Amino acid sequence: MSYELVFDVKRGDFDKAGEASRKIKKTLQQLGINNKIIRKLSIAGYEGEMNLAIHSLGGKMTVNVGEKFITVEIKDVGPGIADIDLAMTEGWSTATDKVREMGFGAGMGLPNMKRNADGFDIISELGVGTKIVMNFFI
Amino acid sequence: MKLCQIRDLLDAEILAGESHLQDEVYSGFGCDLMSDVLCFAQENAVLLTGLVNKQVLNTVDMANMNSIIFVRNKRPSEDVLKIAREMDILIMSTEHILFECCGILYKHGLKGARIK
Repeated sequence: MSYELVFDVKRGDFDKAGEASRKIKKTLQQLGINNKIIRKLSIAGYEGEMNLAIHSLGGKMTVNVGEKFITVEIKDVGPGIADIDLAMTEGWSTATDKVREMGFGAGMGLPNMKRNADGFDIISELGVGTKIVMNFFI
Repeated sequence: MKLCQIRDLLDAEILAGESHLQDEVYSGFGCDLMSDVLCFAQENAVLLTGLVNKQVLNTVDMANMNSIIFVRNKRPSEDVLKIAREMDILIMSTEHILFECCGILYKHGLKGARIK
């Protein structure tokens, strides 16, 4: 079994943000994936989708369902993260007041993604972009 | 605690998902910070919040929580309620403030999320 889903996420589009994660969750339910795995993936994926809308210049979410694990890739086209260790610190955020008024920007997104995923890798280059790859064992 | 009991205790009005009134809730989470809800809330919990945007619904959906109570008489837009009906999530609104809601529910036996 192999199944791929790809979604574009636009910068600042808080009206649409979350739709990709909802579709991913629904598809995984239809594929009969275990509920605990779906919850972990949904939370991590949604944090990633919100990060794309909040912090990036836009990007893509790609979900690949394999036989042994599901991979979620969050890739944007900039601006890149200057200090990944700092960005991974709970409570540290560069979010605007507008984002905080929506209930986000508490600096918990990246650590929460890592906590929920079975595998988590992040690479980033200033002026180029950020790529996060998360694996979830089925 | 059943959701119908929560409705009665908080004198709340049902705005969507009435068919879930007999569903059981195992913990409560009172917060306007969705980042923290995504980190700490448990499944089959009720969220009490004063935020009424679409991201509250998405947060509850992703975390497998089963209901939202908007406090301080807050009401979401019709757009948000339409999404709630599509998601099949129970939504209520109460005049009580968040502090009072949490106190009333806790006094009647509903516990908060266990923070690890």
